[in-house]
Amino acid sequence: MSFVPIILLLMTQAATPPGEQPVAPYPHHNANAGATPFADARMWQAFHESAGVGRIVDDLVATNIADPRISDIFKGQDMVRLRRTLKEQFCYLLNGGCDYSGRAMAAAHADMGIQDADMAALVENLQAAMRREHVSFAAQNRLLAKLAPMRRTIVKQRDLDRRRPGG
Amino acid sequence: MFKSALLLSTAIVAAFPAMAHERRDGGKLLLTGGVSSVDGAAGGGLASWALIAGDETEDGRGGSAHATYVALPDFDLTSAGVAAGFSNRVEISYAYQRFDTRKAGAALGLGRGFTFGQHVIGAKLRLAGDAVWDQDRLMPQVAVGVQYHIAEKAPVLRAVGARESESADFYIAATKILLAQGMVVNGTVRFTNANQFGLLGFGGDRHRGRSAQFEGSAGKLLAANLLAGVEYRTKPDNLGFAQEDDSYDLFVAWAFHRHASLTAAYVDLGDIATVKRQRGLFLSLQGSL
Repeated sequence: MSFVPIILLLMTQAATPPGEQPVAPYPHHNANAGATPFADARMWQAFHESAGVGRIVDDLVATNIADPRISDIFKGQDMVRLRRTLKEQFCYLLNGGCDYSGRAMAAAHADMGIQDADMAALVENLQAAMRREHVSFAAQNRLLAKLAPMRRTIVKQRDLDRRRPGG
Repeated sequence: MFKSALLLSTAIVAAFPAMAHERRDGGKLLLTGGVSSVDGAAGGGLASWALIAGDETEDGRGGSAHATYVALPDFDLTSAGVAAGFSNRVEISYAYQRFDTRKAGAALGLGRGFTFGQHVIGAKLRLAGDAVWDQDRLMPQVAVGVQYHIAEKAPVLRAVGARESESADFYIAATKILLAQGMVVNGTVRFTNANQFGLLGFGGDRHRGRSAQFEGSAGKLLAANLLAGVEYRTKPDNLGFAQEDDSYDLFVAWAFHRHASLTAAYVDLGDIATVKRQRGLFLSLQGSL
């Protein structure tokens, strides 16, 4: 009864987008984005819609991989996929009409050993990218307030660590 | 006092989880360590907040140093101090305050340029909550602290009616950054018997013991490195010879460098030792690591 949608799901995932490395299949769901979207369209406009979010994410990723504080974390990661899923995530959260096809925050950051200082460095780089895109300070803070609680599932994978012996 | 200090240190030791991760200093977001209050603890200018001093996160150590100058019509208040933060959990601070009576000293019978002074040794423990990251919860960052004051010029303090020249303040503070609104709010309840922050000793002929006093702060983030706001601090009124007023300030804190910030404020300390309307300029320079 329910195996047809599952097969369809696996089939859609089997097609790896061009330029990306294949990943193990996982269920796609907007809940993976780790927060709920804004209710109105104002945030999407404040971020200059698709073009603005595209520039911010490209800027953010470029800044991160050049940032000696956190560049190591991105080594060996699929930057093409990261840019695509980040743009989807921002678009989804900013109510830009996208679906998020990336993994959940816990799964996407598993075993990276990310610390508070890493997350703070990324926040600073994101602030700089939003500034360069001339996103208003108020709109910047509204997005950051949505992203901030993700620290609980990104930094140190606390809950996973505690369950793992010797973690 | 020493029993409470012992209890606090026991609580501090118990509060540290097993630390299996890499230790690493620095990395706190800009201004989220607060600035240095006149008492030396991380906070606003007048109020002690629940934030922990220094640039460290839960993975490291940090610290700050400050120099503060408050220019009033008839007095000068200067304060200098250091604070250390451990794992964004525990804060230890020291400040020395100097209160110059200038010409008013002669009128008060103390002699021109008579100077009061005090040492303030503080410890603060973050109990719960996270002011910065928990943006989906209303729960603020909550900390408790103790500030042990040792005032100088004990014979003069006794002559004006103070009961003691040393005493401890105990406080509980709650701080929250409301990022979506760009606001920072703090509320602190302080149990104290300090006269004029302790510069005029502790307890008096009117009231001897501690009373609950309130410190409230609200600020608006104007940019990632710029916070403007207002603070209000109530004070006991223990001494018969002069009424003591509440104090407030309007401040701007500007992190002009990752490791340095400047706080400027208009401050109103009310009447001090019978000298009316002490309102003036508060300037504080702080460095942090």
